[in-house]
Amino acid sequence: MSLGKLLERIIQLIPVLLGVSLIVFVMMALTPGDPVQIMVGEQSITPEQEAELRRNLGLDRPMVERFFIFLAHAVQFDFGNSFYHGRPVADVIAERLPATIELSLVALIVALATAIPLGVVAAIRKNSVLDRMATVGSLLGVSLPGFWFGILLIMLFAVHMQVLPVSGRIGYDNEVAAVTGFLLIDTLLAGDIGAFGDALRHLLLPAITLGLPMTAILMRVTRSSMLEVMRQDYVTFAEAKGLPRRRVLYRHALKNALIPTVSVAAIETGSLLGGNMIVETVFGWPGLGRLVVESIFLRNYPLIQAAVLLYAVTYVLLNFLADILYTVLNPRVKL
Amino acid sequence: MTDASLAAAPSAESLFRRNLRDFSRNRLAMASLTVILIFVLMAVAAPLIAPQDPNETDLFRRLQPPGWVDGGDWRFPLGCDALGRDILSRIIYGARISIFIGAAVIVLATGVGILAGLAAGYLRGWVDVVISRVVDILLGFPYLIFAIGLMAMMGPGLLNIVLALAYKEWVIPCRVVRGETLAVRELEYVEAARALGAGPRHIMWREILPNILSPVIVVSTIRMAHVIILEASLSFLGLGVQPPTASWGSMVSDGRAFILEAWWVSTFPGLAILLLVLAINVASQALRDAFDPRFSE
Amino acid sequence: MTVLLEVTSLRTEFATRAGLVRAVDGVSLQVRRGECLGVVGESGSGKSVTFASVMGLVRSPGKVVAGTIFFDGRDLRQLSPEEMRAIRGRDIAMTMQDALTALNPALSVGEQMAEVMVAHDETLPAGRAARRAAIRERSVEMLGLVGIPSPDTRLRQYPHEFSGGMRQRIMIAIALTCRPKLLITDEPTTALDVTIQAQVLELISDIRARLGMAVVLITHDLGVVAEHCDRVMVMYAGQVVEEGPTSAVIGQPRHPYTRGLLASIPRPALRGHRIEPIMGQVPDLVGLPPQCRFHSRCPLARPECLVEVPMLPAGPGRQARCLRLEEPA
Repeated sequence: MSLGKLLERIIQLIPVLLGVSLIVFVMMALTPGDPVQIMVGEQSITPEQEAELRRNLGLDRPMVERFFIFLAHAVQFDFGNSFYHGRPVADVIAERLPATIELSLVALIVALATAIPLGVVAAIRKNSVLDRMATVGSLLGVSLPGFWFGILLIMLFAVHMQVLPVSGRIGYDNEVAAVTGFLLIDTLLAGDIGAFGDALRHLLLPAITLGLPMTAILMRVTRSSMLEVMRQDYVTFAEAKGLPRRRVLYRHALKNALIPTVSVAAIETGSLLGGNMIVETVFGWPGLGRLVVESIFLRNYPLIQAAVLLYAVTYVLLNFLADILYTVLNPRVKL
Repeated sequence: MTDASLAAAPSAESLFRRNLRDFSRNRLAMASLTVILIFVLMAVAAPLIAPQDPNETDLFRRLQPPGWVDGGDWRFPLGCDALGRDILSRIIYGARISIFIGAAVIVLATGVGILAGLAAGYLRGWVDVVISRVVDILLGFPYLIFAIGLMAMMGPGLLNIVLALAYKEWVIPCRVVRGETLAVRELEYVEAARALGAGPRHIMWREILPNILSPVIVVSTIRMAHVIILEASLSFLGLGVQPPTASWGSMVSDGRAFILEAWWVSTFPGLAILLLVLAINVASQALRDAFDPRFSE
Repeated sequence: MTVLLEVTSLRTEFATRAGLVRAVDGVSLQVRRGECLGVVGESGSGKSVTFASVMGLVRSPGKVVAGTIFFDGRDLRQLSPEEMRAIRGRDIAMTMQDALTALNPALSVGEQMAEVMVAHDETLPAGRAARRAAIRERSVEMLGLVGIPSPDTRLRQYPHEFSGGMRQRIMIAIALTCRPKLLITDEPTTALDVTIQAQVLELISDIRARLGMAVVLITHDLGVVAEHCDRVMVMYAGQVVEEGPTSAVIGQPRHPYTRGLLASIPRPALRGHRIEPIMGQVPDLVGLPPQCRFHSRCPLARPECLVEVPMLPAGPGRQARCLRLEEPA
């Protein structure tokens, strides 16, 4: 893909990002309840103090102006102070972000590592017992409510069999110095293999829960695109060339079949973002998702606003990435 | 049918009948349809069916196990929750919430989506530009986060949940309708109607809509399953209908604190969600295979 | 000339929802070493399935159910999948109708050439570097042979970076990499512009003469057959209906279907010649009764034609499946 085309695509992103920001802004601006009242809470303040606070928050200006101020601040990651934490929202979010990213990445890896081999085998052995089981499994995967599945896993592996921890990121006795915020990396940096294993054990159930719907969807996509590709002339031609079956399947068929899988994976990574709130709540995972849910009950609006915007922008960028990946992987499609 | 549509419109009626027959031959589909009907019946006739009052608390029955477990009582077949309320009765009443919200959101979203999609696809021009832009922007939000943001803003409540989900849901039927409309608007029977002097409103409603309804129905049923899970997720997070109203998501949430001693509190309502969603998914897949073979594998 | 490929009473069936389709029904044929056999018929006549059966590439739900396929003295139907794989691409090669779909879009042309050698050529040197050099040298040579300019720089490119004619040449080069004894080429020109069609056919004829291989040219174009083939075989509804030396069959067709085919091609050389399409349609191949299959469309059909008709001698080296051979056209 040429640089010019890429630039064009990036420019097309701008109105979408602007629109998304506008919606987030309006959503919070229309929220009932006076932000000053919420901030002040039970304390009593003089009318002068209140007016001062209002001015500081920019609440005395017209809506349009407030939106542009919001935008200008947002691009500098300035979302104001979190009432509850008494610190800048950006700092609070940054602190929680690594936990969420780590969980999402592991979930993504788990999903890819199970969905692709299953999808391929189901396609190669179409209508076999394994194929049917995979089809039923994927139907279950999209039908299971994540929060309930997570609880079932906890009941089975943590409560009943007691082989995995119930919640949290790591045991108290295994805590290590935070360097990157990613425990899998930090424990290795600290040279503590035991702690690394513990972090991994804590990750397992949440990652499976979070990755389950994605696994189901990716498996279906891989299976059907593999079936589609195996009908193509180039696969017949590869067979006519007398290539070993393994090469026909994995080099000729799979390489093409993975193109839709990869771009669907990029899109579905976006849906992991929503799942995070649920999974983090179920497993007591100290990430951004849980922070948002807590903030709703604390009416911590600046934080909700920043987090929703962050999620939406990430989602838009992931979809953009999916688009680009599809083009890059597929030499035939010219933008 | 009007004179204009006599031109060459495919006979929608007979095709519909044939598809319906294909669907009814599929045994798995019929089984899932039965499950769905049972749930609907449960929702409609909840006061007649439920063995107990779903909101009657009794601390003497706190965390009482299901009937077949030691200490259980068959008058409360699936056991009781932490307030001693009958879980089976609450599941039966909870079906009302799930099905009502699922249906309301889908009906609302499909209605809006059809209007917007037809307008964008048939009228084109600035209407299309505006609608497509809005669609693009709404697609930029992860679903649950959008709904959570709206719920945070609007506060809890049945109507607010329907609105919070429908605000984004209409985008999906809208895109389907727009795409299908673009595909059929230049076909002969539409051209013929136009040549006979039919107005845009007549063409959109009488000529185009009946012929693109199959994919819309198929997509709507699939989405219904998603909406039910989303509603349950919101309720699980405490953002759905408020206590003491029984909803499956909040019942699962209630049981979380007691997974050590009372597994039944979370398990049964979750099972209800799974059953209903699975049945809808299976039925919609069969519907898709029968009505819209383009999507089947 | 000795016989290279001899197919006897081949039957290939497809289990479809509508019933069992006999796509190939009792086809027998011979290909001699170095000769070019033209196979003509409408789509659905079974010509492509016949040769997919020879190569062991019939896809499920299709299945070769009867007959023998002797190639170079061995019955291919008795071979294991692995033995069959070793023959494909080395002794029998195939090209497909459209190179755009037959070449893998995701792999470079160089890789698609190299893999054939890796799969079949035991004479490649053992060392990694030497092996790579040998493969490269051979690839450049093959691309040069089919007339691709500056072949060494183009090996790294992907199929979509070539023109249609060039892609067709690349596909032919890939097929010829192991110097096969038989090349099956399925509609090699239908996807191409008229001017390039002639070049590609010329190329195939030229290479056939140089390498001394036999060619099966599957086509629906009798003009192409007239120009390039030694013998021709006409297929209709899964059966061979006429077969013989090209000049004889085209100069004096004996089967009414062959005559119909000839009458339906526009011939600018004959002024005032009227194009006469064959009326009717190819019969549904499900549950055909054992009788002449062309009967329903045949201008010469009589009630006595409603029996199973065998191939009958129709002149020196010729056969045709018709009871009314003696009648004048």
